[in-house]
Amino acid sequence: MRKLLMATTILAGLTGAAFADGHEVKMGVILGFTGPIESLTPNMAAAAELAMKEASDSGKLLDGKTIVPVRGDSTCTDAAAATTAAEKLVTADNVVAIYGADCSGVTTAIVNSVAVPNGVVSISPSATSPALTTIEDNGFFFRTAPSDARQGQVLADVLKDRGITNVAVTFTNNDYGKGLADSFQAAFEAVGGKVAISAAHEDGKADYSAEVGALAAAGAEHLAVFGYVDQGGKGIIQTSLDTGAFSKFILADGMIGESLIEAIGADLNGTIGTLPGSESQGAATFQDVAKAGGLEKVDGPYMPESYDAAALVILAMQKAGSTDRKAIADNIMAVANAPGEKIMPGQLAKALEMIAAGQDVDYEGASNVTFTEVGEATGSFKELEVKDGKFETISIR
Amino acid sequence: MDVLNAITLFANFVFVPGLAYGAQLALGALGITLIYSILRFANFAHGDQMAFGTMVVILLTWWFQSLGVSLGPLPTALLALPLGMAALALYALAADKFVYRHYREIKAPPIRLVMASVGVMFVTNGLVRVIIGPDDQAFMDGERFIVRAGNFRRAMGLNEGLAIKSSQALTVVIAIALVVALFWFLNRTRTGKSMRAFSDNEDLALLSGISPQKVVTVTWIIAAALMTIAGTLYGLDKSFKPFTYFQLLLPMFAAAIVGGVGNPVGAILGGFVVAFSEVTITYAYKKFLTYLVPESLAPEGLMQLLSTDYKFAVSFIILVVVLLVRPTGLMRGKVI
Repeated sequence: MRKLLMATTILAGLTGAAFADGHEVKMGVILGFTGPIESLTPNMAAAAELAMKEASDSGKLLDGKTIVPVRGDSTCTDAAAATTAAEKLVTADNVVAIYGADCSGVTTAIVNSVAVPNGVVSISPSATSPALTTIEDNGFFFRTAPSDARQGQVLADVLKDRGITNVAVTFTNNDYGKGLADSFQAAFEAVGGKVAISAAHEDGKADYSAEVGALAAAGAEHLAVFGYVDQGGKGIIQTSLDTGAFSKFILADGMIGESLIEAIGADLNGTIGTLPGSESQGAATFQDVAKAGGLEKVDGPYMPESYDAAALVILAMQKAGSTDRKAIADNIMAVANAPGEKIMPGQLAKALEMIAAGQDVDYEGASNVTFTEVGEATGSFKELEVKDGKFETISIR
Repeated sequence: MDVLNAITLFANFVFVPGLAYGAQLALGALGITLIYSILRFANFAHGDQMAFGTMVVILLTWWFQSLGVSLGPLPTALLALPLGMAALALYALAADKFVYRHYREIKAPPIRLVMASVGVMFVTNGLVRVIIGPDDQAFMDGERFIVRAGNFRRAMGLNEGLAIKSSQALTVVIAIALVVALFWFLNRTRTGKSMRAFSDNEDLALLSGISPQKVVTVTWIIAAALMTIAGTLYGLDKSFKPFTYFQLLLPMFAAAIVGGVGNPVGAILGGFVVAFSEVTITYAYKKFLTYLVPESLAPEGLMQLLSTDYKFAVSFIILVVVLLVRPTGLMRGKVI
């Protein structure tokens, strides 16, 4: 009797595994579904899952495999919770790759303590900290979002072209703000500009008059704010205008939002800023694909990058010819960059077919994917200016 | 001309904000001092009770705004203020009935009342977050400025502007009126006198027929009014967020202790001492000095004593120094 039971158990276990192997490939989706960016993540996940569905429905992925997303919560801020969630995806759910994580801090934690030790590739759509460029990832970490170091460079170029040479900088006191402020200062000084003062501000305070007073004392005419639109950044701008300390502002991506214009009003006209993104063919095509795929929102932040991150894993899997974790990691660069035929959003079926036939592809996708040698997007940025109470795109850099 | 520029700069970034902040702290410290001297414990729930009163004012302000009721150039919140004061008074009296009275009756040492007030603080804190949420709330309406920086600059032909927000002016005016009324009440009315007698010597006051329950009730009502007004003015001038109100506890206690806890005049003095210390020590004087000294002597650095990140450290340092050097405070209050 006992032997029979054991045999049945083993058999059941085997068939279970066989079924899973036969048709389904699991991919981890780890984003901060709770926490400070919980309003963005459902749309990001939907975009990534759209790419998975597209590949599954085509029936061409490794002779008809389907991809099943398994979600985990990165919380955006709690490194311990994020690694636990990732650990579960990797060991219990046995995912072949991870799409995510989102915020720079938790992404670093997951790469260091889950992805690299277990040899699972992870592709982040939105972690932008410069520190991730030099992380020891053994080839298992990629990101479709550009590093903030690049944004600092672009901002410095924008200011130089506009003839602005002396600015005061204030940044939100965390990895993002500090990294961006440092990279901006280095780039701006390299093109001959001067940073009169670079001071941190804490988010969530009621009163920023002391901070603004110190910034104004340095004697610069422009104030660069590297913070968050619904947080201290807004308070700094409001106080600057109230006290007449500054009237000209320079904003980075965290500060770009309609809510800022709603809160401040016409005084914001003439403000300049940068935001990752492009108005490429791919971005427009992605919106059509997303609409056709029935997504609730088609133009949310980091949605193109999310779709691309998932698509890259899928194409790399096809290129490798297997769902082996290491093989996927090894083939991502090959499908992301030239040579090969350019692939747009919605053309995953075609790309899978070409790869199966042994041809090269160069995945462009929704965000113009081109990876640097460490595996992060070179990225394009929009130069924005507030005109008549609206952010308008001046140029793409 | 340069001297005028320097004065305007100083007024704009140090004097005006410091004056408004000082008045807000003074009202908070007055409440703390009142409770300390009459009810004989340090009320740690003060900041969160301020948040509770302000929350009621904000909710009523939104309701009035939705009805289209307004005070023209003045903020609608002033209309809601009396109701907020009443709500907080009821809340404080309930807390007294269910928590503090028991400890008073068993003649518990003051430290137990302090610990009980920490409990009230946590409950109030949670209650406010459940009702209005932990986020920033804006409820300022009406005319925002009395003097705008740009207009002032143009009118005076100066490089520097001076801005005076209506919330700042309102704060100072209301604070002065309130303090005058409070002093009149404490020194001239029968109830006020009995409160002072109770504070001076409880047993003697009881012997002369003063009802302790009445004194306690009136004290809570006055403290609630002070808390709601201080909280509302702070919220109008800056912004309302439950956590920042909790953080106000430190500068308010510093103000009460610097002035001499239990001494109302000291509380007001302490409020301004703490506020101006925070602002003057963290201000960067580079531009100010550049206006005043010859060009060759113009400072290179920011001329800032302490980074603005350390603002709270200033009130903490004042607190520690006063407790070490002069525990009775500037105006000879009680020793805590």
